[in-house]
Amino acid sequence: MQNKTKLTLGPVLFHWNPDRLADFYRRIADEAPVDTVIVGEVVCSKRAPFFLPHLPSVIERLESAGKEVIVGSLSLLTQGRETGALKELCDSHYLVEANDVAALLYLEGRAHTLGPFLNVYNEDTLVYLRNRGAVRICPPVELSANAVETLAAVPEMEIEVHAFGRFPLALSSRCYHARAHFRTKDSCQFVCEQDPDGLPIMTMDNQPFLAVNGVQTMSHAFANLLADFDDLRLRGVNRLRLSPHTVDMVAVSTLFRQVADGDIDSLSASARLTEQVGFAPVANGFYHGVEGAASIASNFVP
Amino acid sequence: MTDWQKVDGLELVCPAGTPAALRSAIDAGAHCVYCGFRDATNARNFPGLNFSRDELRDSIAFAHSRNVKILVAINTYPKAGQPDLWRTAIDDAARLGADAVILADIGLLAYASERHPGLRRHLSVQASASTPDAIEFYIRAFGVKRVVLPRVLTVEEIRRLTAEVDVETEVFAFGGLCVMAEGRCSLSSYATGKSPNVNGVCSPASDVAYEERDGALISRLGQFTINKFAPGELAGYPTLCKGRFTALNQSSYLFEEPTSLSAMSMIADMQAAGVTALKIEGRQRGRAYISKVVRAFRDAVDAAAVGKEAPAVDLSTLTEGASETTGAYAKRWR
Repeated sequence: MQNKTKLTLGPVLFHWNPDRLADFYRRIADEAPVDTVIVGEVVCSKRAPFFLPHLPSVIERLESAGKEVIVGSLSLLTQGRETGALKELCDSHYLVEANDVAALLYLEGRAHTLGPFLNVYNEDTLVYLRNRGAVRICPPVELSANAVETLAAVPEMEIEVHAFGRFPLALSSRCYHARAHFRTKDSCQFVCEQDPDGLPIMTMDNQPFLAVNGVQTMSHAFANLLADFDDLRLRGVNRLRLSPHTVDMVAVSTLFRQVADGDIDSLSASARLTEQVGFAPVANGFYHGVEGAASIASNFVP
Repeated sequence: MTDWQKVDGLELVCPAGTPAALRSAIDAGAHCVYCGFRDATNARNFPGLNFSRDELRDSIAFAHSRNVKILVAINTYPKAGQPDLWRTAIDDAARLGADAVILADIGLLAYASERHPGLRRHLSVQASASTPDAIEFYIRAFGVKRVVLPRVLTVEEIRRLTAEVDVETEVFAFGGLCVMAEGRCSLSSYATGKSPNVNGVCSPASDVAYEERDGALISRLGQFTINKFAPGELAGYPTLCKGRFTALNQSSYLFEEPTSLSAMSMIADMQAAGVTALKIEGRQRGRAYISKVVRAFRDAVDAAAVGKEAPAVDLSTLTEGASETTGAYAKRWR
């Protein structure tokens, strides 16, 4: 019998104020049935100072609750001071998730994980990085089930798939949140804080399409891979990533936990998850090898 | 393999999607020409474009007779479980005598450095190496000799970075402009299922549709409207990040206007910043574009090499949306 599927709560990708973030992690520590929590600012270095003083106590609290804690590294670096912060993080005693190749330079020879902002598309690249110390990977969100299966077959490597939350699609040095408010990145006044799930971007036909989160562009649709749970297991995926949103993440992680424990079937859980999100549709097209925005019925045949 | 001969001033790296375009680029003064094979191994995998093995061999012979170097872009990410297409591309580039390969994938860089240690390796912009540390990783691991910088840095940041790394830097000077960090964008695959990293295409024509509604022309990509043009308005191609969208009840070119990069006004700055080479985008463009743009930039880099300014040439008719930007090179762009 294989091990039960584990759950990782991904980093909070949005700019939540420190109080909200602290409350969030308290509740996660006490109530969310997740195995691992990734903390830290991975999208915009301007946001990082706000929560930094709270980070050690949050980590301690999560660890006391029995969670494995990983600190995520910044995903796009352009400035010298960002490099300094990255080096400091990689020199710390924390387990680090690398989200940029710069982090790989510092993490060589120590155990670390590979985040979805690194371009790992195939087994040759994954084996190379494993041989330098990587132990786990959450690959780019656009990978299909076949690609995921190939990566999952790499020995001594744990694979984790983005299974809930908006898909991170792109990074830029330009801040589109600021631009939508006729500001620039330097004069942003942290306007991204107004949209704790991202700023909705519609087509000119008023069809919801994308969500802007500072320098990051995300999908409007939320990933929901619950219906694909059995297929994921079959392909060797025993860890799923849930990306935090303002929806009740305890309820979300509980649904995934119940499916993993066999307490509820994946299709009814998937329907309940879709209901839980409410304000946006769900999608799993990337996993099924088609456009990411598509929602495809599970092809798993028991 | 001969040593890489340095040119006086900035080296001009020019695109070619066909053997004819390659000749045009060389006639117009290219120091180097970059091209790709006719398959998913490169980031301009468009119908009717790119080189067969025979075409590349003949083109290399022609280029070398004119003292011009040929760079082969093998800069998509190999599909999981299917490394052969990409590995063969590297083997063939080496066998046919290419002067360098332009790579992005770590596994492929490892393959090339093990199997063909004498074949010069350039790091593609698709690898999105934007800091000295990221670049240092590729130098130490794979001995890359040149890095094509992602279009996310200002000229000042380029200067500092170039001073810090022991490798040549190459920057984009003209042509289509990615506003996202190159190689880290899945917008196209979210809408169409086809991505630059995997398939070598962005916002592919196969998924584009135009329809007329109440007199307006609507351009669509997959299931999504990318732009809506009023009667009489000039309609452009629906590249996703150059579309018009609505945020906060306001429709605008949220990510970027349908504009092109032109760093013509910054050539002296790039030279002073220590950059080795300027790259012109546009393997999908015709010979007229190649001839005119390459000639203008060759004159400009030659002039800059002797501390002069070349006479201004109007390239605006050749740019997307007929407008130009210096993009991320100026800090205010952010």
